[in-house]
Amino acid sequence: MINSISILAGKNKNGLKEHFNRIDISRGEIVGIVGPTGSGKSALVEDIEQLAQSDTSTQRKVLINNSIPDPELRYNPKKKLIAQLSQNMNFIADMSVKDFLILHSKCRGKNLNLVDKVIYHANQLTGEPIKKEMNLTVLSGGQSRSLMVADVAFVSDSPVVLIDEIENAGIKKHEAMQLLSGNGKIVLVVTHDPLLALLTQRRIVMENGGIKKIFGTTEEERSLCKQLYQVDKELFKVREMVRSGVEVKASFSFQESFTSDFQPVLED
Amino acid sequence: MNVIIVAGTPGAGKTAVLLHVLKHLKEQNKHISAVKIDCLYTEDHLRFQKEGVPTLLGLSKDMCPDHFTIFNLGEMLEYAQGNNSDILIVETAGLCHRCAPYTINSLGVCVIDATTGPNTPLKVGPFLSTANVVAITKGDIISQAEREIFRERVLEMNPGCRIIETNGLTGKGTVELAGCFSEASDFSYEEEELRHNAPFSICTLCVGETKIHKKNHRGVLRHINGIQEYAGE
Repeated sequence: MINSISILAGKNKNGLKEHFNRIDISRGEIVGIVGPTGSGKSALVEDIEQLAQSDTSTQRKVLINNSIPDPELRYNPKKKLIAQLSQNMNFIADMSVKDFLILHSKCRGKNLNLVDKVIYHANQLTGEPIKKEMNLTVLSGGQSRSLMVADVAFVSDSPVVLIDEIENAGIKKHEAMQLLSGNGKIVLVVTHDPLLALLTQRRIVMENGGIKKIFGTTEEERSLCKQLYQVDKELFKVREMVRSGVEVKASFSFQESFTSDFQPVLED
Repeated sequence: MNVIIVAGTPGAGKTAVLLHVLKHLKEQNKHISAVKIDCLYTEDHLRFQKEGVPTLLGLSKDMCPDHFTIFNLGEMLEYAQGNNSDILIVETAGLCHRCAPYTINSLGVCVIDATTGPNTPLKVGPFLSTANVVAITKGDIISQAEREIFRERVLEMNPGCRIIETNGLTGKGTVELAGCFSEASDFSYEEEELRHNAPFSICTLCVGETKIHKKNHRGVLRHINGIQEYAGE
């Protein structure tokens, strides 16, 4: 049972100590990781994935339930507490979707009859359906990404979930987030998407390889987030129209579908 | 002295990983010598030298680079002793999947590229199955699931090995790998033996025959149907 994970400060790219001592993240919390490209977001996620003990280039330490984790937890996939959805958009393994899911289930010590469930949920996130006899390498970016999401949700099913840029590949990001989080899981999500960032309870801001600050989402941001969500839904509709070859009429007005209290809250 | 023999297919990241390891060992004030074996060309030895590590270069030319490595281990040890080194690191060219240049008391390190797909561990043979440590590289390019499958396949081929996920760009895993280097057994040149026999090298092709018609071949020949024969006097 994981109640908390903690990150102890390491060093940034210039070798200077990071601007914090320790971050504790508890059960059920969703934390964002934001910052420009190259600022060290993926490296932070890597540190957590491998439960760094001052032995990575950042020198950070990661604790589970306030103590140094058993080395077995770092290496043995059957005991792993951490599932990771990394940035990659394609599979390279030359095997069928079914064989892949069975093999991965074996590695994780899971039931082997998850195949249909994983494929069903992956297909809820993407346009073109994945079939179990398809080869992994022929899947499109969106199909691969959706399968990775469903695999992380059901096969890797772990108390800690690390998500690196789920907004890539044009899959349904909110549904994907729902699939991956919940049930008391600790979720860390690297994102450039303001909507996803504001959906979290806190966000870690990265700069030059180090953690610059930790920012609690304000009430104001939370209500802005709700409005942005409407905008996002509209954008999604238009996107789907464009993708399916439908003409987008001028009468399709954003303003109409906004809730009446919509006002950009950005000016103050 | 600890002798570390590093094998792996070309481009797997042997040199990149070793450069990080060398830095960590230097920080621990270890005295290291290195040897880089390649076939035709390399500049990797210059990269080791740039890290302040005395490095010998050996080019095997038209000889099997692993045979070449084994024949020259004596010279390499003398070189390292001359430098008062605690650790000798030999990076092999590792070309054919039949090779495993590790000796009983060396630390055998196999560097293997995760992006070559989960069937690779089944194909590469003794340089993986007889290694002490298997350093998996480029895992950041593939999904966690594929990494886990790759790892499982490595363990199928070599259940007793220590697996370290490494990254030649970021240095991930190299602190742990450097730690293994000091744990190697003591090397004794006189008694040392290979863990796995070297590939056969006993036909006329080995001594320069270039004609392909079968009437020209002598020595121990193996046919595609599995039958092996000796042709010659």
